[in-house]
Amino acid sequence: MKATGSQIIVESLKKEGVRHIFGYPGGVVLNIFDALYDAKDIKLFLTRHEQGATHMADGYARSTGKVGVALVTSGPGATNTVTGIATAAMDSIPIVVLTGQVPTMLIGNDAFQEADIVGITRPCCKYNYLVKDINDLAYTIKEAFHIASSGRPGPVVIDLPKDVSAATGKFHWPDKLNLRSYNPTMEGNRWMIEKAAEKITRSKKPVIIAGGGVILSGASDELRIFAEFTDIPVTTTLMGIGAFPTDHHLSLGMLGMHGTYYANMAIQESDLLIAVGMRFDDRVTGKIDAFAPNAEIIHIDIDPTSIRKNVDVDIPIVGDSTKVLFTLNQILKETDKPQWEEIRKSWIKHIDEWKKARPLSYRFDENIIKPQYVIEKLYEATGGDAIIATEVGQNQMWAAQFFKYKKPRTFLSSGGLGTMGYGFPAALGAQVAFPDKTVIDIAGDGSIQMNIQELATAVIYDLPVKVAILNNHYLGMVRQWQELFFNERYSHSYLHEVPSFVKIAEAYGAVGLRAEKPSDVEPVIREALRVRKPVFMDFVIDWKEKVYPMVPAGAPIDQMLFDEEPKKEEKKLKVIK
Amino acid sequence: MRHTISILVENKFGVLSRVAGLFSGRGYNIESISVGETLDPKISVMTIVTEGEEAIVEQITKQLNKLIDVIKVQDLFEVEHVEREMVLIKITPPAQLKAEALRLAEIFRGRVVDSSQKTYTIEITGDEKKIEAFVELMKPMGVKEFVRSGKIAIAREKIRQ
Ligand SMILES: Cc1ncc(C[n+]2csc(CCOP(=O)(O)OP(=O)(O)O)c2C)c(N)n1
Repeated sequence: MKATGSQIIVESLKKEGVRHIFGYPGGVVLNIFDALYDAKDIKLFLTRHEQGATHMADGYARSTGKVGVALVTSGPGATNTVTGIATAAMDSIPIVVLTGQVPTMLIGNDAFQEADIVGITRPCCKYNYLVKDINDLAYTIKEAFHIASSGRPGPVVIDLPKDVSAATGKFHWPDKLNLRSYNPTMEGNRWMIEKAAEKITRSKKPVIIAGGGVILSGASDELRIFAEFTDIPVTTTLMGIGAFPTDHHLSLGMLGMHGTYYANMAIQESDLLIAVGMRFDDRVTGKIDAFAPNAEIIHIDIDPTSIRKNVDVDIPIVGDSTKVLFTLNQILKETDKPQWEEIRKSWIKHIDEWKKARPLSYRFDENIIKPQYVIEKLYEATGGDAIIATEVGQNQMWAAQFFKYKKPRTFLSSGGLGTMGYGFPAALGAQVAFPDKTVIDIAGDGSIQMNIQELATAVIYDLPVKVAILNNHYLGMVRQWQELFFNERYSHSYLHEVPSFVKIAEAYGAVGLRAEKPSDVEPVIREALRVRKPVFMDFVIDWKEKVYPMVPAGAPIDQMLFDEEPKKEEKKLKVIK
Repeated sequence: MRHTISILVENKFGVLSRVAGLFSGRGYNIESISVGETLDPKISVMTIVTEGEEAIVEQITKQLNKLIDVIKVQDLFEVEHVEREMVLIKITPPAQLKAEALRLAEIFRGRVVDSSQKTYTIEITGDEKKIEAFVELMKPMGVKEFVRSGKIAIAREKIRQ
């Protein structure tokens, strides 16, 4: 079949099962956009910023498990995607970003709107290509999708010079790939898994740490079988939220810097950690030398570089979480079932005591809205049946702590890079994939202003995402650090009460609601969930509220700060403008 | 410890910068790097000399293995191997030392590859120690400049018992 490069690109995307693309046009991609004009079964969502497009592709991927796709022009269009690419890379999210490029003969000439995007993105993507020959197009796209979605997933960039997308050639969809240098290890080593099973049987105080890899691999069911069968408590990283139901009796919630008291205590006392699809990030371990001092570590990860990067590991198992856990479960069930309940009894009891001693809590106040209260009410109103995206900062941590996540792929948050401005477009991407689901972005007033322009995308494409803005007029998390560690010198963290989010929502044609006192919270949420439109809910919260527990950076994770010191007399704020 | 790492890669553009970028992006140091085609023109071999503690070198080899275009990584530290590098050294010996310079070059199996009224350019190949010893010996001869190739290395075949 004779086709233009652009038609080949579109046909290849169809072959990969792509139904939705997030993008923004420009000179060198006009041919591709023109080909999309006729492609009835692929829908392009025109965003308002290329960063928005990449985050939407990312939110689409996180919520569905499919590869998300973004299409942008060269130069500024391409560089605008870098934050989205790096965000996806840090959290191992499969996206394919198609960037236009100036014609091949102009590459390297500082042509109009030229940027070396292959060079710029090399350190922050899983792989990238510059396609110079129309005959390579179809194969490259197939390979890109394979690389993005297999092994440890990640973003792949394909740079497409204008002359290649304009040329004419033949469309030939390859039936197989020839990648001799890329073979992710899926099956874990059986002998190692057997050794792991042995250790698990002997351990008295084990803890499972589940990370984002469990969700990416679809291992939640196997994880649950494993935990329930052996009666081992489970804590998750931020990226692992949803991998194990938060309301399960074995759940310890999240660990780490803003983890629960009981998760961090259990880690520090445990004699065996079974880490699955997580990478011992510094936000998780705190002071590394003091992390889990008595524990042996079993580490299951598909990426060998994750193993022994930060902590020493006794049993490394390289493989896909689902497969390894499946084998582990089989082995455990074949061995004579030890009296798990008997063995674990005192450990579980110990943990229950920790849970009772210091549950996640906050001080309710009748006069001022507490952010945690908003999140509890969001949970109640949705019954937990929602996809939650977050921005970055205090809002993200409260969303992680106070909403209960029952299923994987329902918590979308920029864990590795910590990208403010991620949540709203990511929520839109998820809403594209699940038009009938409730999708909520839990936001700070700082973060939402980083990609607020995507409200137009939400309105135009009828994506009824609800944004719960926890409005404290501050870059709250920055303020929290300044309060605790910088002697209350609030250097440039005060945002003023600007803008009016209600008016902004209305200006874009969305709905704006405002809650100023606790009794407004429920009605506002109810109204927001009732209307089938994008909504900004502006919750004016207690700006002094902080996220607790908190492990100060560099401290061991059992040294947590709590909100229990008697309130000092309110000091006058030192705001530096 | 100093490690010599041999890496088979797909012979594609951008591969060298991927490998080099991996080192710079993670703050690892490259002491020398040399690249060339193999018998199969689609595959190149890179020899990288790097220094670091065991854990760092383990990370380096794992990270290299993870690169999509990398076919095989071998840390030659772990096996018997032969290492060579080459140096081209340009000297300006005073008249009374010219003969001595040439004699030394011969002892080291060097070759004079260029000469002018005032200078000799000598080529030496060998392992690092030999190269360093030669450069030291040449210093009194007035070393004008020298270039080293970076190391190449290959594993020894095992002798069957
Ligand atoms: C793009 C980006 N810039 C800066 C930061 C550093 N940072 C982390 S949290 C934070 C404050 C976030 O404020 P806000 O969105 O209002 O949320 P809050 O903490 O008040 O809930 C900042 C500036 C970041 N994470 N991302």
